[in-house]
Amino acid sequence: MKLFSRLMPSSGMRQVPKSVTVHAVLLAYTVIALFPIIVVVINAFKERRAIFRDPLGLPDSDSFTLVGFQQVLLRSDFGLYSWNSLVVTILAVGLVLLLGAMAAWALTEYKFKGNLLITFLFAMGIMIPIRLGTVSILSLMVSLDLVNTLTALVLVYIAQGLPLAVYILSEFVRTIPKELTEAARCDSVSEYKIFFCVILPLLKPAMATVAVFTMIPIWNDLWFPLILAPGEETRTITLGVQQFVGQYVTDWNSVLSALTLAIVPVLILYTIFSRQLIRGLTSGAVK
Amino acid sequence: MASVKLNNIKKRFGDVDVLHGIDLDIKDGEFVVLIGESGCGKSTLLRLLSGLEDITEGDLYIDEERVNGRSPAKRGIAMVFQSYALYPHMNVFKNMAFGLKISGKDKHFVNNKVMEAAKKLKIDQLLERLPRELSGGQRQRVAIGRAIVRDPKVFLFDEPLSNLDASLRVQTRVELGKLHQELKATVVYVTHDQVEAMTLGDKIVVMNKGRVEQVGAPLDLYHHPKTQFVAGFIGSPKMNFLKAKISQSDPENTQLVLESGRVIQASIDSSSLKQGDIVQLGMRPEHMTLECEHNTVEGRVTLIEHLGELSYLYVDIGQEGEMVLKVDGDNQHQTGDQITFGIQPNRLYAFDHQSNALTRVNAHTSAAIPL
Repeated sequence: MKLFSRLMPSSGMRQVPKSVTVHAVLLAYTVIALFPIIVVVINAFKERRAIFRDPLGLPDSDSFTLVGFQQVLLRSDFGLYSWNSLVVTILAVGLVLLLGAMAAWALTEYKFKGNLLITFLFAMGIMIPIRLGTVSILSLMVSLDLVNTLTALVLVYIAQGLPLAVYILSEFVRTIPKELTEAARCDSVSEYKIFFCVILPLLKPAMATVAVFTMIPIWNDLWFPLILAPGEETRTITLGVQQFVGQYVTDWNSVLSALTLAIVPVLILYTIFSRQLIRGLTSGAVK
Repeated sequence: MASVKLNNIKKRFGDVDVLHGIDLDIKDGEFVVLIGESGCGKSTLLRLLSGLEDITEGDLYIDEERVNGRSPAKRGIAMVFQSYALYPHMNVFKNMAFGLKISGKDKHFVNNKVMEAAKKLKIDQLLERLPRELSGGQRQRVAIGRAIVRDPKVFLFDEPLSNLDASLRVQTRVELGKLHQELKATVVYVTHDQVEAMTLGDKIVVMNKGRVEQVGAPLDLYHHPKTQFVAGFIGSPKMNFLKAKISQSDPENTQLVLESGRVIQASIDSSSLKQGDIVQLGMRPEHMTLECEHNTVEGRVTLIEHLGELSYLYVDIGQEGEMVLKVDGDNQHQTGDQITFGIQPNRLYAFDHQSNALTRVNAHTSAAIPL
């Protein structure tokens, strides 16, 4: 009885079924979202035959093996691929955040000619998938002599991430009281310093949100690395994994091990951002 | 410190005229209060002074220099906002030091300045705290401290006490008054609270619909309002207004008739008007007494507000409506009582149909209630 009453705080009986439903839905979603990842991870530690015999079984003393990891780490340039992915992701996310925050600040704070047009263009950028422009992007990169460079990828990913970043950050900039910038102006702070010392620190939670939204598609992308930077030196992790997927035989141990390893860096980055992310999501929801 | 001069300042937002030509002289070291109802343009005028808003027309001089179009930073002003506008991610010290640091002042100098201001405002214990860890009153002090450290020529306050609770507001008001005497700074202070205006201001500027209605010392405005608006605005409770017809115009003793036929004698120069003209008769609640035998009016008490040392009586006087009286707190009257009260002829005000005050003769200018 005591436990029962603790489950139902003063707010009454109707609360319990509601929270049970909510949690059931959330749990179901979590299971669906995590299932493929768990399958990848557990199978990465199993022998090839065990993978096919019982794809959902946990590795036991018979089936446990690290051969996939050995294959990936020793026989391929996995380090290089990870490095490429990391460089591209961090540069692109960093620049999207910086440029996005600057654009968001400029578009909401200053009234100038073309303000509306630029806002409109960014909105178009959200609506139209960048992959539609792949052919022209490729020909542009060819004429700029940027094919097979990481620069090409970084540039494309900035273009891909910027519109949504500007959109989300603009909403946050609007919630910053106008008096703060006015006080800073009275304090004889320059417009640049206002942005970097007053606005940017206040945008931190929002920027964490944007960082996560931007980071994951870039890390997972196969399309642009395949088209713009397929060279051995510039392969990213997703492209690197493809070498284990053959036309006739697929080295599943290596594929799954590589994917397992590829999860680690994003997981670390996500953990860094997530605390801020939750604050960002909720503060955006309440305001 | 510096003088400020406004010369026919106008402000237009698109097609909307907000300020219709403001002329004002503010002397060095003067505490000037801009007061008026919300939407009268007082805050806009302050923003024009600060440079946060552009002046549409007219000239603004600070320290004899024309500063139209100059950025806030270059005008030598400091502004304190109603919402305090403290930087939420900086502690108190950084909030106060930010402006100085940005302008490249030497670290030692900044430290001294901030410590000095913090001591003055008694916030030197709070320097490490973030704004969200402070109470409203403390935040207000930090905001004022941030203004002080910059040694501005002119302080601009935009309703700085409105967000404080009543007792803290009184306390902070007193401290502001003392601070002004200590700093001898030129201050422009916007408020809609007439008590703040009366207590703090050397000079009060009453604004109405984008125009200056009257400028003067607090008691000047109280005793000699030039218009009905000022008369109604200064003083609490509000001055009572009754419609009256002049039955005998005279340079000294005007005779008026109220709608109910009651005859009133007033020491007012009505020589510019003729018999039958309608005026608004003004009576301050504190000037009408139960003992006075002049100009007596009867009525029924409909409500009593006890404030302790005094009480407000709301009296229904028939077809003219309701009047408020300020009486002694010990008064024994009850709701529903019939009472008779009167007012000295030289305590009366009158305003013509353009709401301009008629000249008062032998005007009584002591605010005390003659018992």
